[in-house]
Amino acid sequence: MRRLLKLALQKPEMAATLLLVLLVIFFQIRSNMIFLTYDNLRGMLGFLPEVGLVAVGVTLLMICGEFDLSVGSVFALMPMTMAVMMTMGWGFWPATGLGLLVCAFVGFLNGWITIKFAIPSFIATLGMLFMARSMTVVISGGFPPRLNMDNIPEHLFVSYVGPGDLFRASFVWFVVISILISLLLSKTNFGNWFRATGGYLPAAEALGIPANKVKIACFMICSVLSGLAGLMQVLRLGSPLPSIGEGLELQAVAAAVIGGTALAGGIGSIIGGIIGAVLIRVIDNGMVMSQVDSNWFKFAVGALTILAVVGNSWLRKRGRAMKVETER
Amino acid sequence: MTPVIPIISVRNLHKWYSGVHALKGVTLDVMPGQALGLVGDNGAGKSTLINILSGLHQQDEGEILVEGQQTDLRNPKDAMRLGIETIYQYNSMVPIMSISRNMFIGREPLKWAIGGFGILDERKMRDDSVAAIANVDLHLRSPDALVGELSGGQRHGVAIARAMHFKSKVMILDEPTNHLSVKETAKVIGFVQGLKAQGVTSIFISHNMQHVFACCDRVVAMALGKVVLDKPVSETSIDEVHTVL
Repeated sequence: MRRLLKLALQKPEMAATLLLVLLVIFFQIRSNMIFLTYDNLRGMLGFLPEVGLVAVGVTLLMICGEFDLSVGSVFALMPMTMAVMMTMGWGFWPATGLGLLVCAFVGFLNGWITIKFAIPSFIATLGMLFMARSMTVVISGGFPPRLNMDNIPEHLFVSYVGPGDLFRASFVWFVVISILISLLLSKTNFGNWFRATGGYLPAAEALGIPANKVKIACFMICSVLSGLAGLMQVLRLGSPLPSIGEGLELQAVAAAVIGGTALAGGIGSIIGGIIGAVLIRVIDNGMVMSQVDSNWFKFAVGALTILAVVGNSWLRKRGRAMKVETER
Repeated sequence: MTPVIPIISVRNLHKWYSGVHALKGVTLDVMPGQALGLVGDNGAGKSTLINILSGLHQQDEGEILVEGQQTDLRNPKDAMRLGIETIYQYNSMVPIMSISRNMFIGREPLKWAIGGFGILDERKMRDDSVAAIANVDLHLRSPDALVGELSGGQRHGVAIARAMHFKSKVMILDEPTNHLSVKETAKVIGFVQGLKAQGVTSIFISHNMQHVFACCDRVVAMALGKVVLDKPVSETSIDEVHTVL
């Protein structure tokens, strides 16, 4: 029992999970029991996959020891690429394919620049944040192109599915992709290399791990997931605005950190990043539902980020210090 | 009688680091089964030589023969494939990962794989780590414990267990006794003596003469990028090694 508790306390996502439970209870009471109603949950779950997918990508990259600030811009660039190609007569699937290729290329560039010139990924992707956003506006020509929704298989992305139409299709994508990335990280040799690269680079290199390729792969996965998330949002809204996803990069980093991912790399879990993203959504929505001035939202996210990190390191320390009988 | 082929033979090795001539024509034969102590002051070229032998860096001039075959060691994988395993002072383990994960970084057993990527065989990783660790006479709680929670000596033990598990022929230990307590140092020296008993060649780098003389049968001293002394332990003394350094 104590052993289980010790293991649980050392889990990186522990603090966030506890906070999530507390906040849900708090908002449920504060909002006079409307927070956990069907309609409200449905609204929250519709938006979650978009932020969640970005958080998953950013978490994976942070576990690998790198950073991506360009995700918010890629979030806008991908659907804009798709929309522009569609106005030029391309079909939905080729246009989407090209959009995702563009994302993969941006991710590759992020990684290549970071490694080739040995600069912090913070800087490389900060540059990319501006460049990708600018490209989004340039290719839109200043006017967001109109999407002809008749040519788009909406049912595959944003239509309501699931029991009682609670989820959108995007939620299914989100769950499936999250599980796949989680398995990639925890059950494959590739995942072992991710963690070793982020956990302690000199050791990974001395053991012959192709650390540079591993990092570039993570940058590419992160960018593609952000682009896919952007696509979901645009299909939900029905129009590709060049300004979507602004500020999303910091929310995604906050989600990863709240979920227990260490800035230095190595430590963290995909489920932690997701819990972080859910927490941010819960705060956003819960504040509205309990009629708190919504300008406090960013304050709450900021406070939560600090609180979660402090709480996490405290829990981990307690967990580690906990004595368990050694079996001999 | 056929002459014994050196397991590692380096010929006239040179290495420059941004203008610094770190190795100035090092020639050295390491015989199979030998425990070779490599000593020298900081900057003598020990680490440079080791980094080249482990495939981390490449020489600018000279050649390396492994079991009589001329070889290019382009990366650590090449060296490991030839049975040369290096245990570094700090960087042979990832502290935030478990023992069983650390044992197999880069050489994971897979249940099935496509093009080198696949699903980890976690049960085998756990079982093999337990067996490998027991083989070096180390007793640890669980293969799931994080390496970061182990003491320095235990970490070296796990690293040595890993090298043994992969049937390394040559084990290079870079300053394994640094920053260790007296008791742990004795344990590491015990590990090295155990290697000899199992027929594994070892290169033991240290600047502590006592440790080298306690577990090696040959001493090679380096100074300013050159080998300045190369004698069996029985024919030299700590004092003599100190005078040449």
